[in-house]
Amino acid sequence: MQLTLWTYEGPPHVGAMRIATSMRDVHYVLHAPQGDTYADLLFTMIERQDRRPPVTYTTFQARDLGGSTADLVKTAVAEAYERFKPKALLVGESCTAELIQDQSGSLACGMNLPIPVIPLELPSYSKKENWGAAETFYHVVRALLADQVPPPGTPRPARAEGRRPRANLLGPTVLGFRCRDDVQEIRRLLDLLGIDVNVIAPLGASPDDIRRLPDADFNIDLYPEVSRTTASWLQRNFGMPATRVIPMGVGATRDFIAEVAQLAGIDASALLASEQPGVAGFSSSLSRMPWYARSVDSTYLTGKRVFIFGDATHAIAAARIAKEEMGFTVVGLGTYSREFARDVRDAAKLYDVEALISDDYLEVEQAIGAAAPELVLGTQMERHIAKRLGVACAVISIPIHVQDVPARYSPVYGFEGANVIFDTWVHPLVMGLEEHLLQMFRDDFEFHDDAAASHLPAVARDARPAAAPDAVAAAEPVATAVATPEPVIAAGEPIWSEDGERELKKIPFFVRGKAKRNTEAFAREHGLATITVETLYDAKAHYGR
Amino acid sequence: MSNLQDIPVVLSQRSGSDLPVLRERGQREVFCGLTGIVWLHRKLQDAFFLVVGSRTCAHLVQSAAGVMIFAEPRFGTAILTDRDLAGIADANDELDRVCISLLERRPEIKALFLVGSCPSEVIKLDLARAAERLNERLLPQVRVLSYSGSGIETTFTQGEDNALKAFVPIMPQTDARQLLVVGCLPDVVEDQFRRQFEQLGIGPVNFFPGRRAEDVPSIGPNTQLLLAQPFNGETVRALTARGATVLAAPYPFGVEGTTAWLRAAARAWQTPDARFDAVTAPLIKRASAALERYRPQLAGKRLFMLPDSQLEIPLARFLNREMGMALVEVGTPYLDRQMVSEELALLPPDIVLSEGQHLERQLDRVRAARPDLTVCGLGLANPLEAEGLATKWSIELVFSPIHGYDQAADLAELFVRPLARRERLAV
Repeated sequence: MQLTLWTYEGPPHVGAMRIATSMRDVHYVLHAPQGDTYADLLFTMIERQDRRPPVTYTTFQARDLGGSTADLVKTAVAEAYERFKPKALLVGESCTAELIQDQSGSLACGMNLPIPVIPLELPSYSKKENWGAAETFYHVVRALLADQVPPPGTPRPARAEGRRPRANLLGPTVLGFRCRDDVQEIRRLLDLLGIDVNVIAPLGASPDDIRRLPDADFNIDLYPEVSRTTASWLQRNFGMPATRVIPMGVGATRDFIAEVAQLAGIDASALLASEQPGVAGFSSSLSRMPWYARSVDSTYLTGKRVFIFGDATHAIAAARIAKEEMGFTVVGLGTYSREFARDVRDAAKLYDVEALISDDYLEVEQAIGAAAPELVLGTQMERHIAKRLGVACAVISIPIHVQDVPARYSPVYGFEGANVIFDTWVHPLVMGLEEHLLQMFRDDFEFHDDAAASHLPAVARDARPAAAPDAVAAAEPVATAVATPEPVIAAGEPIWSEDGERELKKIPFFVRGKAKRNTEAFAREHGLATITVETLYDAKAHYGR
Repeated sequence: MSNLQDIPVVLSQRSGSDLPVLRERGQREVFCGLTGIVWLHRKLQDAFFLVVGSRTCAHLVQSAAGVMIFAEPRFGTAILTDRDLAGIADANDELDRVCISLLERRPEIKALFLVGSCPSEVIKLDLARAAERLNERLLPQVRVLSYSGSGIETTFTQGEDNALKAFVPIMPQTDARQLLVVGCLPDVVEDQFRRQFEQLGIGPVNFFPGRRAEDVPSIGPNTQLLLAQPFNGETVRALTARGATVLAAPYPFGVEGTTAWLRAAARAWQTPDARFDAVTAPLIKRASAALERYRPQLAGKRLFMLPDSQLEIPLARFLNREMGMALVEVGTPYLDRQMVSEELALLPPDIVLSEGQHLERQLDRVRAARPDLTVCGLGLANPLEAEGLATKWSIELVFSPIHGYDQAADLAELFVRPLARRERLAV
C-alpha cells in the first residue's frame, strides 16, 4: 500500500481513454464499476470537449457480481457497436474489473464484429496513465498496420522526385500538456522548412489515417511518454526514422530544426543562421524570448534557484531552458515518469543535481523543501507544495487542471512556445524593483515578506498564516520534520541565537531558506554550537550569494 | 437482461397517488460514494478521509477536488499495489503502517475514516476490523471509523449516508428529549435553522453531522429525527433502531417544504399555532417575495432530471409546485420510498419517475423531448449544451446552500442562471 495524497498519473485505463477520445471513429468499451464514469469529466470539463468521450462503461454494481458480469460486457459491446458504428473497437478493463477477471478483450474478440477489435491488457496495480496511453496507441497502430508490414530487410522506397518530404506527428492527445497548440506550432515550423505533415496521431486521427502512417518519410516523436513505443515499432517494421529532440525552448527548437532537416534531406541553414545564439535579437529571431532574456530587465533573474518536476519530456526541456535561456540555477530536477528515468538522470548530471525519480508526492514535497528554491516549475501537484511553502510556482507538465487548457493560443513547443514560457515563468516571481525595495526596507505595512508579490492578486501568502492556526500550531513538530524548508535540528546540531535568528529574518523570504541552510552547514563544518549574527555573515562571505 | 427492462412498476403509495416508476438498467453515468469526501472533509474539520483503493479512486477524488490548491489536504488514498493483491504484503499490516504514518504527519486529526472502495470490497479487505484494531492503539487521541464509498455499493450522496451511519454505533445513549437534524448542511443554513427552532421553542436541537467529528450527538428513545437530506436512508434506519423516531415531513426546499418541515417539529414540540405563524410569517413573506422574481423565468418551462443525488424528487416538487415548471421526467439513482413518501404525495399525478439508468436510452428520451432545462452531471452537461440543450449541472445542488427559507430564492436562481445566460450571450 502506498499513502497518496495526490497522484501524478491516473490509472492506465485513463491513458487508453485519452487515446480513444483523441481519435475519430474509435470506440472504447470499458469494463468498470458504477462510478468510474467520473473520467468523462476530465474530457468534458478540464479539456472542455463538446461531446461525450467515445467510451461505453459496463458500470457493474455489487448485485451484478454474482456471475453475470461477463454478459454485461457482451451486451455493452453489442450495444456500443450497434449505436456508434465505430471503425475500430477497443475493449479493456478498469482496476476493479481486472480483479474479477472476465477476460473482456477475448470475449469481445469472440463476438465476430466486422471491425478490428483491439483487446487491451493494462495492469492497473503496477502501471499508470501514460503507460496506458503509450500501450494503447501502440496496440491500435500495430493492429491496424499488421497486414502492411513488409518482410524484414525490405528497403524503404525512395521519396518520389519533386515531392516535398512528409512527416507524421506522433504523440499529441487530449489531456496532454498544450498538445492542441504545440501541434499547430510544429506544423507551422515544418511548413516553413518545406515539410508536409502526413498524419497527426492520435489527436484527430481515424483508423484510416493510422493505416496511412507508413506513407510518411519519418516520424516526429513529439511526446515520447505516449509515442516512443509506437515510433520504435514503426522504425523496426517500416524502417521509419524518428526524431529525438523535443522542440521546447529556443535552443531545442534550433536543434530540432537541424535534426528534422537532416531526416528530411533538406537544407535549413538559412533559417538556422538567423537563429544563432547572440544574433537572435528582437527583429531577427522568430521568438522574442532571446531578446527578452537578454534585456536588462531580466538581469535580476540571474541565478534564481529553480526546482523542476514533471513528466520526463517537459522536465528535461524545462531544465535546459532554465539554465541556458533564463539564466536560472537548477537546484532540483525530477520526474514521475519511471519509464524515462535514465534520460532524466543523464540530464540531471548537466546541472550537478541528483535526479529525483518518484511518484510519491510527499517525497517531492520533501525534496523541494530541502532545496529551498525561489521558483518551482512543476505540475498541478507542485502548486499545492508551493502554496504550503510560500514559493512561486508555474505549471510545465501534466497533471493539470482546467486553467491549463486555456482558450488563447498557448503552445510551449517551437518559437512561440518559448515566448509563452518566458511570460509564464517570470510572472509568479516578485518583480525587480519590488525585490530591491524588500531587501532595503523590511517593515512596510503593505509590502512585506508575508504579502504576495504586489503584481499578483493578494491571495497566496496572505492566506497562509490564517489557514487553521490551531491546527498549524498543533502540527508544528511533525509538520516541520516532514515538509517545511528548515531541516530537522537533531541533537548536536547548531542552535540559532536570538540575534542570529533576528538577523536571518532580515533576509528576504525568497532567499532566506537557502541562507539558513548555508549558515547551518557552515556552522556544522566549523563545529559551532551556536549561530550568531557573525556566523551568518561568515557563512555569507564563505558561500557568496 | 434487456427483457427485464422498461417494465413500469406500480408503486403503492399510502397517500393514494399511484405513481408508475420506470426502472432501467444499463450504463449509469453517476459518481460513486467516494465523492462525498469532497464536502464531508469541509464539514468535519478535524477528520481525515483515507480511501483504501486503487489509483482510480485517488484520481477520482483529486479530479473532483484538486482544482483547489491545498496546503494541507484532509483526504488521501492508500493505493493497493500488486504486492497487496498477491498477498506478499499483509494488507492489514500495510494499512496500519499507512495510518500511523499519516497520523504522525497530521497530529491535529481527531477522526480517521477508512473509506472502502470497489477494489477493497472485491478483495474483501475488512476495514471495519481494521478500524477496531487501530482504535485499540489510537483511542482516545484519534477515533478510527470505516464505511463504504464504493461504486458497486453506493451512488454519490450515499457516501454521506454510509459515513454518517458509521457514527451511529458510537453515539452515546440518552433518554433526554431532543430534536436531531440529520444530514450534512452548510454552516450558514445550520445557524439559520438553529435560530428558527429557538424562536419556535423547539429544543434542545442537535445537528448530525456536527462541525467536528469529535462531537458525536447522543441518541435514544426520546430523540426525534428531522431529515434534512433525502439520501440518508440507511443512517435513519440505524438511528431508529436505537429508538429514535422520524418526524414525517417533506424536505426543507422552498417555502412550502421549509414550512412543512418546521411545522413537523413544531407539532411534536407542541408549539402553539399562533406562535408558529408569528415566527414563520415574516420569513415566508420574505422568501416568497424573493422567489417571485424568478418565477416568471421558470414558469411553464419543461424540466428533465437525470439521476444523480436522490435530491431530484424533492427539488422537482419545489420547481413544479412553487416555480410552475412542467416535469418531463424525474430520474433518481435510487428510490427510497420510506425517505420520500411525503414528497411523492406532493408530485403531480402525471409525472414520469425513473429509477436507475440506461444512459443511452435516457439520452434518447432527452433528445426526443427537447426539454427547456436538463439537470445532469458534468460528464453530460457540455455535450448536451453543444446539442443546443440548456443544462443545469446537478453536483452544484449538493455543494450549495439550498435548504430553508432564505436559500429558497438562491435555489431557484441556480435553475434560472443557465437560462438567463443563454439569453444574455450574443456570441
